[in-house]
Amino acid sequence: MVTELTAAQPGLSWNLVEDVRQLLLYPFMVNALRAGTIVAVVAGALGWYMVLRRQAFAGHTLAIVSFPGAAAAILIGISATAGYFIAAIAAAIVIAAVPRSLGGRARSSESAVIGTVQAFALACGALFVSLYGGFLNGLTDLLFGSFLGISSSQVLTLLIVAALALAVLAVIGRPLFFATVDPDVAAARGVPVRLLGTIFLILLGCAAAEVSQITGALLVFALLVMPAATAQQLTTRPLVSFALTIALGLAIVWLGLAVAYFSVYPVGFYITTFGFGGFVLAAAGRSAAGRVRALVASQGLA
Amino acid sequence: MRTVGTAVRFDHAAVQIGGRTIWSEVNLEVAQGEFLAVLGPNGVGKSTLVKTVLGLVGLSAGSVTVLGQPAGQSGKQIGYLPQRRSFDASLRVRGVDIVGLGSDGERWGVPVPFGTTFLPSRRAAAQRVREVIELVGATAFADRPIGQISGGEQQRLLIAQALVKGPRLLVLDEPLDSLDLPSQASVAALISRICREQQVTVMLVAHDVNPILPYLDRVAYVARGGAVCGTPDEVIRSEILTELYRTPVEVLKASDGRLVVVGEPEAPARHTDRHSGTPGPTAQPW
Repeated sequence: MVTELTAAQPGLSWNLVEDVRQLLLYPFMVNALRAGTIVAVVAGALGWYMVLRRQAFAGHTLAIVSFPGAAAAILIGISATAGYFIAAIAAAIVIAAVPRSLGGRARSSESAVIGTVQAFALACGALFVSLYGGFLNGLTDLLFGSFLGISSSQVLTLLIVAALALAVLAVIGRPLFFATVDPDVAAARGVPVRLLGTIFLILLGCAAAEVSQITGALLVFALLVMPAATAQQLTTRPLVSFALTIALGLAIVWLGLAVAYFSVYPVGFYITTFGFGGFVLAAAGRSAAGRVRALVASQGLA
Repeated sequence: MRTVGTAVRFDHAAVQIGGRTIWSEVNLEVAQGEFLAVLGPNGVGKSTLVKTVLGLVGLSAGSVTVLGQPAGQSGKQIGYLPQRRSFDASLRVRGVDIVGLGSDGERWGVPVPFGTTFLPSRRAAAQRVREVIELVGATAFADRPIGQISGGEQQRLLIAQALVKGPRLLVLDEPLDSLDLPSQASVAALISRICREQQVTVMLVAHDVNPILPYLDRVAYVARGGAVCGTPDEVIRSEILTELYRTPVEVLKASDGRLVVVGEPEAPARHTDRHSGTPGPTAQPW
């Protein structure tokens, strides 16, 4: 057993099958892949709506809030996982409770509240970390992510929360889409627009808390925004772009975890970089395609 | 046309909001298949009149009958287009999807992937969406992102959305607002065509009568706490409008016999603010 582990020291070879076998040799890596898969799916699903609803700022804040949540949990000696979820869901309720009609003016007051919550959350996080004292290594993990030491029970928690969030989303999916793109007509047709907005923020809080545990609180957008933004660049068909969002999220997470395994740098960096690369490629591709179409059209006219 | 039946009937109706009487003693009758315009200065309760038809605002006196039932009980048979602004330019959702939401948007659940291939009901719904898009002449741009087409094109798709379920009454709140003049003319012509060809009663709120005047069967002018109803020839007269608006209004007859209203007070640019109760440059009507 010992010799086998020694033989499997991280080392990249040209043999992909061998590389993948190496990856799966360690339980921590298997857990990381499981957690990453769960998180990619739930983040893609909620992120797709978040990008459509233009609530990226709210999503970012919910993720930031999970940092003091986790720090406080560690400080008082309960599991960091619980801290992530409690803080993010509480913040979601606060943001949703801000009196907000559907108008733009109300939305600007919403973003003021969100900014206030975010700043206060970061400050609390800093306080908790210094109260705990000398936990600098953990601080980096909380902010920039870590895939080491994800336990099987943590994976189970992630799975249960993700399943609940996706089940709720499956029930409200279509009316939420209606309320997102066409709130006035949706309201006139009896869709409970306000209620759906609140439920959505709570689900988004769950997703942000889940993603925080892999990418760290500051890099949550890698999985919450990038896949959805990329997919929406590539297609305007709702179902196609939704599926594409989740596929992109999975690809980014798996690639990021695999590369991080063979390198010494944080996994959050790789996941974010692959997400960023995908978005840039999609945006460049779309703009190039638009130019080609314009060129063809002008040739056709001439 | 009266023999066909009554689509909407107001009988000594009055509305109070917050103790203030918006209007009272409104008597109004629209026959099925007629094109009615609700006109009047801003802030007199035109949208409130529409909301009583939808059952969203209750009466303090009198009665409103819609399609033979008390208001609020014929939901599915009414297509409603709220007063609105245009879609965000960066919204990457196709027009056809927006129209499709008119047919099943409020249903819980999520669309089944490949449903249009396997489920006959979904296929029929998709077919119906294509039909109404064709009907409003929006086929050419229905597959483009809704934010990237013009306001007039968006309005056509939204009318298609209101028509998806085959309503018997179409209620349109300021559908010509914020459109340029050619779009106003073409959308007004479209609404009139739908009214005639589909036998749909149309109730349209407007603050400028001229683009729709040639198509109207009936006019309801709301002003000063009440309403004056009748055919355009009965109501659109200099002396009646002058009294309603309390400012000189002239009705001229063009050489082709059409009426033109001159001197109607101009609507403020931010018309929607009047209705929202929350003043401000970006407030929306609800």
